[in-house]
Amino acid sequence: MSLIVNGKEVAYKKQETVAGLLNRLQFTFPLIIVKINGTLIKKKQYETTIVPDNARIDVVHMISGG
Amino acid sequence: MNQEKLAQITTILSKKTVGIAGVGGLGSNVAVALARSKIGRLIIVDHDIVDESNLNRQYFFQDDIGKVKVEALSDIIHRVNPSVSITAVHTRLMPGCMHEPFHGADVIIEALDEALSKKQFIEDVLEHLPGVPLIGASGVAGYGQSDRIVTRELGNLYLCYDEHAPSSDDDVLLAPKVALMANWQADLALTLLIGDIR
Repeated sequence: MSLIVNGKEVAYKKQETVAGLLNRLQFTFPLIIVKINGTLIKKKQYETTIVPDNARIDVVHMISGG
Repeated sequence: MNQEKLAQITTILSKKTVGIAGVGGLGSNVAVALARSKIGRLIIVDHDIVDESNLNRQYFFQDDIGKVKVEALSDIIHRVNPSVSITAVHTRLMPGCMHEPFHGADVIIEALDEALSKKQFIEDVLEHLPGVPLIGASGVAGYGQSDRIVTRELGNLYLCYDEHAPSSDDDVLLAPKVALMANWQADLALTLLIGDIR
Protein backbone atom coordinates (compact mmCIF):
# COMPACT_ATOMS: atom_id res chain seq x y z
CA MET A 1 0.00 0.00 0.00
CA SER A 2 2.37 2.69 -1.21
CA LEU A 3 3.24 4.97 -4.13
CA ILE A 4 6.56 5.85 -5.72
CA VAL A 5 6.75 9.59 -6.38
CA ASN A 6 9.89 10.79 -8.17
CA GLY A 7 11.64 7.63 -7.02
CA LYS A 8 10.68 7.95 -3.34
CA GLU A 9 8.16 5.87 -1.42
CA VAL A 10 5.05 7.75 -0.32
CA ALA A 11 2.05 6.42 1.64
CA TYR A 12 -0.99 5.41 -0.43
CA LYS A 13 -4.35 6.97 0.44
CA LYS A 14 -7.58 5.39 -0.73
CA GLN A 15 -9.64 7.41 -3.23
CA GLU A 16 -7.08 10.22 -3.37
CA THR A 17 -7.17 12.43 -6.47
CA VAL A 18 -4.10 13.69 -8.28
CA ALA A 19 -4.94 17.18 -6.99
CA GLY A 20 -5.09 15.78 -3.45
CA LEU A 21 -1.74 14.04 -3.79
CA LEU A 22 -0.05 17.14 -5.22
CA ASN A 23 -1.46 19.18 -2.34
CA ARG A 24 -0.38 16.59 0.25
CA LEU A 25 3.16 16.55 -1.13
CA GLN A 26 3.18 20.36 -1.43
CA PHE A 27 3.92 20.56 -5.13
CA THR A 28 3.05 24.21 -5.39
CA PHE A 29 4.64 25.08 -8.73
CA PRO A 30 1.93 26.14 -11.18
CA LEU A 31 3.37 24.55 -14.34
CA ILE A 32 4.05 20.89 -13.87
CA ILE A 33 4.01 17.71 -15.93
CA VAL A 34 2.45 14.72 -14.16
CA LYS A 35 2.73 11.14 -15.34
CA ILE A 36 1.13 8.19 -13.55
CA ASN A 37 2.46 4.78 -14.61
CA GLY A 38 3.76 6.45 -17.75
CA THR A 39 0.51 8.13 -18.75
CA LEU A 40 0.33 11.92 -18.98
CA ILE A 41 -2.29 13.45 -16.67
CA LYS A 42 -3.44 16.87 -17.86
CA LYS A 43 -4.34 19.62 -15.41
CA LYS A 44 -8.08 19.36 -16.11
CA GLN A 45 -7.89 15.72 -14.97
CA TYR A 46 -6.21 16.43 -11.60
CA GLU A 47 -9.53 16.71 -9.73
CA THR A 48 -11.11 13.63 -11.29
CA THR A 49 -8.24 11.15 -11.59
CA ILE A 50 -7.85 8.75 -8.65
CA VAL A 51 -4.29 7.67 -7.90
CA PRO A 52 -4.12 3.85 -7.94
CA ASP A 53 -2.24 1.84 -5.32
CA ASN A 54 1.35 0.95 -6.18
CA ALA A 55 1.41 3.72 -8.81
CA ARG A 56 4.65 5.17 -10.06
CA ILE A 57 4.24 8.93 -10.27
CA ASP A 58 6.58 11.40 -11.92
CA VAL A 59 6.20 15.11 -11.31
CA VAL A 60 8.48 17.68 -12.93
CA HIS A 61 8.04 21.42 -13.04
CA MET A 62 8.71 23.72 -15.93
CA ILE A 63 10.90 26.74 -15.24
CA SER A 64 11.07 29.68 -17.65
CA GLY A 65 14.26 30.21 -19.66
CA GLY A 66 15.57 29.20 -23.04
CA MET B 1 39.91 9.54 -33.21
CA ASN B 2 38.16 6.32 -34.19
CA GLN B 3 37.43 7.20 -37.84
CA GLU B 4 35.53 3.99 -38.49
CA LYS B 5 33.12 4.68 -35.62
CA LEU B 6 32.74 8.30 -36.71
CA ALA B 7 31.89 7.17 -40.24
CA GLN B 8 29.24 4.78 -38.88
CA ILE B 9 27.71 7.54 -36.77
CA THR B 10 27.74 9.98 -39.67
CA THR B 11 25.98 7.46 -41.90
CA ILE B 12 23.25 6.93 -39.30
CA LEU B 13 22.75 10.63 -38.55
CA SER B 14 22.65 11.61 -42.23
CA LYS B 15 19.33 9.76 -42.50
CA LYS B 16 17.77 11.35 -39.40
CA THR B 17 15.49 14.34 -38.86
CA VAL B 18 15.37 16.43 -35.69
CA GLY B 19 12.62 18.99 -35.02
CA ILE B 20 13.45 22.01 -32.86
CA ALA B 21 10.70 24.15 -31.33
CA GLY B 22 12.17 27.60 -30.72
CA VAL B 23 15.57 28.77 -31.91
CA GLY B 24 16.56 31.12 -29.11
CA GLY B 25 19.27 30.29 -26.59
CA LEU B 26 18.54 26.56 -26.48
CA GLY B 27 17.38 25.90 -30.03
CA SER B 28 20.06 27.82 -31.92
CA ASN B 29 22.82 26.05 -29.99
CA VAL B 30 21.15 22.62 -30.41
CA ALA B 31 20.83 23.19 -34.15
CA VAL B 32 24.49 24.11 -34.64
CA ALA B 33 25.69 21.17 -32.51
CA LEU B 34 23.57 18.77 -34.58
CA ALA B 35 24.71 20.35 -37.85
CA ARG B 36 28.35 19.79 -36.82
CA SER B 37 27.38 16.17 -36.04
CA LYS B 38 26.19 15.80 -39.69
CA ILE B 39 22.49 15.46 -39.00
CA GLY B 40 20.51 14.88 -42.22
CA ARG B 41 17.59 17.23 -41.71
CA LEU B 42 16.42 19.86 -39.25
CA ILE B 43 12.92 21.29 -38.84
CA ILE B 44 13.32 24.66 -37.08
CA VAL B 45 10.30 26.65 -35.91
CA ASP B 46 10.26 30.13 -34.35
CA HIS B 47 8.19 33.33 -34.67
CA ASP B 48 10.87 35.79 -33.57
CA ILE B 49 13.47 38.09 -35.15
CA VAL B 50 17.05 38.51 -33.90
CA ASP B 51 17.45 41.28 -31.32
CA GLU B 52 20.71 42.67 -29.96
CA SER B 53 19.76 41.38 -26.48
CA ASN B 54 19.81 37.80 -27.86
CA LEU B 55 23.53 37.88 -28.61
CA ASN B 56 24.56 37.19 -25.00
CA ARG B 57 23.56 33.52 -25.40
CA GLN B 58 22.02 32.74 -28.78
CA TYR B 59 23.99 31.49 -31.80
CA PHE B 60 23.60 34.67 -33.85
CA PHE B 61 25.93 37.51 -34.83
CA GLN B 62 25.83 41.31 -34.97
CA ASP B 63 24.91 41.31 -38.66
CA ASP B 64 21.91 39.04 -37.96
CA ILE B 65 20.11 41.70 -35.91
CA GLY B 66 16.69 42.36 -37.45
CA LYS B 67 16.63 39.12 -39.44
CA VAL B 68 14.01 36.39 -39.02
CA LYS B 69 15.62 33.92 -36.61
CA VAL B 70 14.90 30.74 -38.57
CA GLU B 71 16.32 32.34 -41.74
CA ALA B 72 19.44 33.70 -40.03
CA LEU B 73 20.00 30.31 -38.36
CA SER B 74 19.56 28.46 -41.67
CA ASP B 75 22.41 30.54 -43.13
CA ILE B 76 24.62 29.89 -40.08
CA ILE B 77 23.92 26.13 -40.20
CA HIS B 78 24.85 26.02 -43.89
CA ARG B 79 28.11 27.86 -43.22
CA VAL B 80 28.93 24.99 -40.83
CA ASN B 81 27.52 22.15 -42.91
CA PRO B 82 25.98 22.83 -46.34
CA SER B 83 24.57 19.28 -46.53
CA VAL B 84 21.91 19.74 -43.85
CA SER B 85 18.40 19.84 -45.30
CA ILE B 86 16.49 22.55 -43.41
CA THR B 87 12.76 23.11 -43.12
CA ALA B 88 12.50 26.62 -41.64
CA VAL B 89 9.06 27.61 -40.35
CA HIS B 90 8.54 31.23 -39.31
CA THR B 91 5.44 30.97 -37.19
CA ARG B 92 4.19 31.15 -33.60
CA LEU B 93 3.25 27.71 -32.26
CA MET B 94 -0.34 27.71 -31.05
CA PRO B 95 -1.50 25.50 -28.14
CA GLY B 96 -3.40 22.44 -29.32
CA CYS B 97 -1.46 22.14 -32.57
CA MET B 98 2.11 22.91 -31.49
CA HIS B 99 3.22 19.47 -32.69
CA GLU B 100 2.08 19.96 -36.29
CA PRO B 101 5.31 21.17 -37.96
CA PHE B 102 7.18 18.19 -36.48
CA HIS B 103 5.56 15.26 -38.31
CA GLY B 104 8.37 13.13 -39.70
CA ALA B 105 10.91 14.02 -37.01
CA ASP B 106 12.84 11.16 -35.40
CA VAL B 107 13.45 13.25 -32.27
CA ILE B 108 11.86 16.54 -31.16
CA ILE B 109 13.59 19.19 -29.06
CA GLU B 110 11.58 21.54 -26.82
CA ALA B 111 13.60 24.75 -26.82
CA LEU B 112 10.99 27.32 -25.86
CA ASP B 113 11.37 30.14 -23.37
CA GLU B 114 8.30 30.50 -21.15
CA ALA B 115 7.33 27.79 -18.67
CA LEU B 116 3.71 27.80 -19.88
CA SER B 117 4.77 27.32 -23.53
CA LYS B 118 7.09 24.48 -22.50
CA LYS B 119 4.26 22.69 -20.68
CA GLN B 120 1.80 23.22 -23.56
CA PHE B 121 4.31 21.98 -26.14
CA ILE B 122 5.21 18.88 -24.13
CA GLU B 123 1.52 18.03 -23.64
CA ASP B 124 0.74 18.51 -27.35
CA VAL B 125 3.64 16.33 -28.49
CA LEU B 126 2.98 13.57 -25.92
CA GLU B 127 -0.68 13.49 -26.97
CA HIS B 128 -0.35 13.74 -30.75
CA LEU B 129 3.10 12.27 -31.52
CA PRO B 130 3.46 9.75 -28.68
CA GLY B 131 5.96 7.56 -30.52
CA VAL B 132 8.53 10.32 -31.05
CA PRO B 133 11.12 10.92 -28.31
CA LEU B 134 10.87 14.46 -26.93
CA ILE B 135 13.77 16.22 -25.21
CA GLY B 136 12.92 19.26 -23.07
CA ALA B 137 14.89 21.56 -20.80
CA SER B 138 13.82 23.14 -17.53
CA GLY B 139 16.05 25.27 -15.30
CA VAL B 140 18.45 27.07 -17.64
CA ALA B 141 18.62 30.47 -15.93
CA GLY B 142 21.47 31.76 -13.78
CA TYR B 143 25.03 30.51 -13.41
CA GLY B 144 26.95 28.06 -11.23
CA GLN B 145 25.83 24.83 -9.53
CA SER B 146 25.61 23.01 -12.86
CA ASP B 147 26.24 19.74 -11.00
CA ARG B 148 22.53 19.82 -10.19
CA ILE B 149 21.55 19.16 -13.81
CA VAL B 150 20.16 15.67 -14.38
CA THR B 151 18.28 13.87 -17.11
CA ARG B 152 14.78 12.87 -16.03
CA GLU B 153 13.34 10.09 -18.16
CA LEU B 154 9.55 9.87 -18.18
CA GLY B 155 8.79 7.33 -20.89
CA ASN B 156 9.39 9.05 -24.20
CA LEU B 157 9.91 12.44 -22.52
CA TYR B 158 13.48 13.26 -21.57
CA LEU B 159 14.02 16.39 -19.52
CA CYS B 160 17.35 18.15 -18.97
CA TYR B 161 16.47 19.35 -15.53
CA ASP B 162 17.70 21.50 -12.66
CA GLU B 163 14.70 21.55 -10.35
CA HIS B 164 16.33 24.14 -8.08
CA ALA B 165 17.22 26.63 -10.81
CA PRO B 166 15.66 30.10 -10.72
CA SER B 167 13.11 31.23 -13.28
CA SER B 168 14.34 33.57 -16.00
CA ASP B 169 11.43 35.82 -14.96
CA ASP B 170 13.42 36.67 -11.79
CA ASP B 171 16.99 35.93 -12.86
CA VAL B 172 19.39 36.16 -15.79
CA LEU B 173 20.04 34.03 -18.88
CA LEU B 174 23.73 33.69 -19.71
CA ALA B 175 25.64 31.87 -22.44
CA PRO B 176 27.46 29.20 -20.40
CA LYS B 177 24.42 27.63 -18.68
CA VAL B 178 22.14 27.99 -21.71
CA ALA B 179 24.72 26.44 -24.06
CA LEU B 180 25.40 23.71 -21.48
CA MET B 181 21.73 22.72 -21.38
CA ALA B 182 21.40 23.01 -25.17
CA ASN B 183 24.37 20.73 -25.74
CA TRP B 184 23.02 18.35 -23.09
CA GLN B 185 19.83 18.16 -25.18
CA ALA B 186 21.81 17.68 -28.40
CA ASP B 187 23.91 14.94 -26.79
CA LEU B 188 20.77 13.13 -25.63
CA ALA B 189 19.38 13.43 -29.17
CA LEU B 190 22.51 11.77 -30.55
CA THR B 191 22.24 8.99 -27.97
CA LEU B 192 18.65 8.28 -29.01
CA LEU B 193 19.35 8.56 -32.75
CA ILE B 194 22.55 6.53 -32.91
CA GLY B 195 21.52 3.68 -30.60
CA ASP B 196 23.99 0.89 -29.96
CA ILE B 197 26.91 0.55 -32.36
CA ARG B 198 30.19 -1.24 -31.95
